[in-house]
Amino acid sequence: MELFLQTVANATYAASYMALIAVGLVLIFGVMGVINFAHGELYMAGAYSVVYLYAGLKMPFLLAVMAGLVFVGLLGLVMERALFRPLRDNPLGGLIASIGFLLILQTVAVLGFGVRMEHVPPATQAKIFITDGVVLTVQRLIVIVATVALLGGLWAFLRKSKFGWALRACAQDPEAAALQGISLNQTARLAMFIGAALAGVAGALTAPLVPPTPTMGHAVIVTAFIIIIVGGIGSLEGAVIAAILYAFVHTFVTTFYDGVIANIVGLVLMLMVLIVRPTGLFGAKERA
Amino acid sequence: MPEAGSKLWWAIGFVVLFAGLTALPHLLSYSQQEILVFLVINVLVVVSYRLLTLTGEWSLGHVVMVGVGAYASALFTKKLGVPVPVSMLCGAFIAAGIAFVLSFPLFRMKGFYFLIGSFAAGEIIRLIWKRFTDPFGGPKGIKRIPGFPDIEFGALSIDFFEPVNYYYFCIIVVGFALLILYRIERSRVGLTFHAIHWQDKLAESVGVDTFRYRMLAFIVASFFAGLAGALSAHYIGTVNPKLFDVEQMVYVLIWAIVGGTATFYGPIVGVVVLTVINEIVLRSLGVDEMRPMFYGAILILSVLFLPKGLESVVEKAKSWFGSGKNGAAAGQAAE
Repeated sequence: MELFLQTVANATYAASYMALIAVGLVLIFGVMGVINFAHGELYMAGAYSVVYLYAGLKMPFLLAVMAGLVFVGLLGLVMERALFRPLRDNPLGGLIASIGFLLILQTVAVLGFGVRMEHVPPATQAKIFITDGVVLTVQRLIVIVATVALLGGLWAFLRKSKFGWALRACAQDPEAAALQGISLNQTARLAMFIGAALAGVAGALTAPLVPPTPTMGHAVIVTAFIIIIVGGIGSLEGAVIAAILYAFVHTFVTTFYDGVIANIVGLVLMLMVLIVRPTGLFGAKERA
Repeated sequence: MPEAGSKLWWAIGFVVLFAGLTALPHLLSYSQQEILVFLVINVLVVVSYRLLTLTGEWSLGHVVMVGVGAYASALFTKKLGVPVPVSMLCGAFIAAGIAFVLSFPLFRMKGFYFLIGSFAAGEIIRLIWKRFTDPFGGPKGIKRIPGFPDIEFGALSIDFFEPVNYYYFCIIVVGFALLILYRIERSRVGLTFHAIHWQDKLAESVGVDTFRYRMLAFIVASFFAGLAGALSAHYIGTVNPKLFDVEQMVYVLIWAIVGGTATFYGPIVGVVVLTVINEIVLRSLGVDEMRPMFYGAILILSVLFLPKGLESVVEKAKSWFGSGKNGAAAGQAAE
């Protein structure tokens, strides 16, 4: 029972940072129509901002996380302007260009920090004992709380603000949105900034928990793909639910079997969804 | 150009090519000869990849198929004692068989979904190699794979551990494979692949079973990918899951995209040019760590500014050198 509860706690933590990453990826896809293969590397860039600012320059942890968020958001803007805007009519081209960007980001990380694992000391050693044997470190709790806050904020932003409406209008029908006087470039910038920043903040928050390496993005992008396919590409709610689902399946299989089997199970899950219901569990029909 | 003249030019071209390929390894250092062997094998990988792209599907699992051939061939020799040349063919057939099985789930999808689906299928295979130590050797893979046996002809003995000899062997095998692939593309089947790419609904409406043709392209592409894998496995003598991960796939993708996939020679141009730049320019600069960045930049620049690949440059050059109208028409056709 204790093992079960502990696994639930671990899965909740995993679900939260996975949701941040997947929601960012879905947002970018929804508005730009491009699958951002470099999303895992944006996560990595967020983690390395914390390595540099918090572990290196001894900034306060949360300040470093904020800086990471802004920095990775700006990287997103660079990608939008340099890659995705010129390739707007060529989704495959955008995907391939993002692979190129991924390689560049990885190399920058290797040149700046070296290939070995970075060690980031936890911001706090505090632990919460849910019961005697079930522990949740405050470091993980921060990730969970931040995720809920960020995704809640994003939800409110998309539903309530004018920008949010514009963003969703562009995702639904770019041409009609443009006819209503919504600037496609403006919304694309906004979506790229938010999407990238979410990946970055996920990396920044988990930097003390997952040792950053320049190639850490690979596992992340695989996970994110599984989640967005299961949840239905283009569906933000689907991404959140699929992240929770996947995190629980993955954490439980990892705990009771091993990590590689868990990865295989996740990929099989995604293949099954692709075969049975290619639009994903929550995706709308005909929105590819 | 008149018909007879053009045939003569082709013949001269082939003789020059043949002589060049024969002489090439003797102009290079030992380590360059080894690179040359891999270059020849990679040509087969990227050309077989192009066969699949003819039907309009971009797979991210092709390098895993190379790995299937490599693993299968290695296991056939090590566990069952099959002679190496036979096991190479077996490896290729196993890769084709896996492709056959995978095509049932994968070809329910198209476009982006196929891309992700093939990626997932490939990762599953790769993780199985990683997880199951027996017989796949886990993360460390399989070591001490027997090499290609020496050939003894009385006084003449050929040691295939020597890169030059193995290069000649690979050139023959790959040349033969390329010929088959070229014939397939020029056949009715190849034309059907093109039809499926550009007008799949129309092709279906005139009675083409698009599923079968996609499957066929996938199987043939995987067969030659597996052959390429077997060729490299018995040369390096070791295989492991890392050799066939998505990073390697990205390089194949880069070769194909930078070269262009509209013509048969496009991907070959891509892999040769990029390997030469990689090995000569980057090696002499001594910036090994920056290699991925260089590849990334090339990929972005070619997608942005040369979306039809290096082959479009060749076509343009042809139309400049070509005689007047004829050349201009060829250039326009390439556009």
